[in-house]
Amino acid sequence: MSAVAKKIEQPRLRGAIRIEEAVKVYGDPKTGVVAVDRCSFECPPGEITMVVGPSGCGKTTLLNAIGGFHSLTSGAIYLDGELLCGPGKPQAAPGSDRIVVFQNGALFPWKTNLENVIFGPVMQGKLTAREARDKAYVLMSDAGLSGIVNEYPGQVSSGMRRRVEIVRALMNDPKVLLLDEPYRALDALTKSVMHESLLQTCYRNRVTVFFITHDLEESIFLGDQVVIMTSRPCRVKKRLKVDLPHPRDHTTRTTKRFRELMDETMETVHEEAEKAFALGDREG
Amino acid sequence: MHAPRYGVQVELALYRLKNWLTSSSPYLMLLGFVLLIGFWWLSVEVWKLPRFAGMPGPTVVVREWLSRNPEFGLSIYTPEYYLHILTSLQRVMIAFALATLIGVPLGLILGWSQAAREYIFPVLEMLRPIPALAWVPLAILMFKSSEGPVIFVTFLPAFFATALNSMLGVHSIDENYFRAASCLGAKRWQMFWHIVVPGSLPYIFTGLQISIGLAWFSLVAGEMISGEYGLGYVIYTSYTMVSYPTIVIGMITLGIVGYVSSAIIRIVGILLMRWRSRELGLDGL
Repeated sequence: MSAVAKKIEQPRLRGAIRIEEAVKVYGDPKTGVVAVDRCSFECPPGEITMVVGPSGCGKTTLLNAIGGFHSLTSGAIYLDGELLCGPGKPQAAPGSDRIVVFQNGALFPWKTNLENVIFGPVMQGKLTAREARDKAYVLMSDAGLSGIVNEYPGQVSSGMRRRVEIVRALMNDPKVLLLDEPYRALDALTKSVMHESLLQTCYRNRVTVFFITHDLEESIFLGDQVVIMTSRPCRVKKRLKVDLPHPRDHTTRTTKRFRELMDETMETVHEEAEKAFALGDREG
Repeated sequence: MHAPRYGVQVELALYRLKNWLTSSSPYLMLLGFVLLIGFWWLSVEVWKLPRFAGMPGPTVVVREWLSRNPEFGLSIYTPEYYLHILTSLQRVMIAFALATLIGVPLGLILGWSQAAREYIFPVLEMLRPIPALAWVPLAILMFKSSEGPVIFVTFLPAFFATALNSMLGVHSIDENYFRAASCLGAKRWQMFWHIVVPGSLPYIFTGLQISIGLAWFSLVAGEMISGEYGLGYVIYTSYTMVSYPTIVIGMITLGIVGYVSSAIIRIVGILLMRWRSRELGLDGL
């Protein structure tokens, strides 16, 4: 009871991302390839921001800058008002407040699912292995993963692996989850199950989600905000508030408002996709 | 966690055995041996082909090998036979253990640390192509004992193979595992222990397989030059003493012992990398 009261008292400020005029040029600053060009937008705390754009447009570059794997050429990124990277600090340090779930998955294949899940807090010395296991059992059973705790990632389906990876991230109580097309390789049916499961997870654990995708339907179904990017170089083309009520489930997709939002944005996205196609960019 | 399920294990083993026996592989394997020995027998004992004239045939070799009173002094009934095997085995084990204990950590560090690679790798690459045999004179000068030079010559190529493969193992690890670990707050030494070591294991064990093969290979070279016991010594002295069947006994014994030693390493590898064998559906091996 007191824990709940405490939570309500706290200002909901965890995990606000602000991107200001972010620029990333690969190679020489003057002649190199511009991947991201003066990109500015905000991800409100505790909300899901979907970043949509054609494959290879530079969305991942932006995610890597937030995660701390790439530097920015200019511009700045703030997390809860603090500078992550920007003037005087080109590259952020990776940290457990911003956890990345990679496109192809990065569960350690030599550790069981449980060992993977407890990795973060145990490495940081925040929890003992025993405490971490107790916490992991709860989170894994919430995510419907009780049955595969002691299996190796290679033994379970790719949908299961993605869930394990998200649980592994949540174990660290991150401010931000950075998801890079996590459901790209999944079939449509599994994907729709995964979407609902992700929403459930977000309802339980308030966390800011920065979700990269090229799937418009996915972005409207999951997002509180959809940011549509141009094809290379990556710029913000359109921002859209998704006013579909929460909690959402698969029936949301059949509502009138969902179709309207789809129609509203389809044209924009299609235009960019055609440009990207004409550029002949490689996937990824 | 689970109670041992011996019944299931035995059943599984029997099922695998049955599958193996009903497949073509055991018969093809047998056929391979029959063809090899048949060719040997025909060319030496039946057709007496010109190049094979002075060679011992399979019947002579097998009779000598299984004889209680071997004509040339070495068979499965003579204690010296086992003394030679044990001596060689001991040398290979010492050299292999040293190569593994030094080679694996060195290889991992080379793969992990850019600076270490820049210092050490070029030196290693220059020393590596020098054949073990070329080291023999220096080895004899360096080590006063009779065992020293042989073990050193056996160790060297095994060490290079192990170090190089361990280094390649580190390079084979997907960059995303390092990124994920750094996201999750792993410090550098934790990353070494939890990502670098297990991630390189498949390559390390490939290296160890090559390493044990090379160890046997260069052991014989070493034993031919220095030493009083060992299978290489047997082969060489039998040649100078014209006991030709004994040469072949030594060779076959080397083949068998070498085969068994690499099989043991393969099995250890499978046991250490259960995550991998499970992934590939090979569990229970």
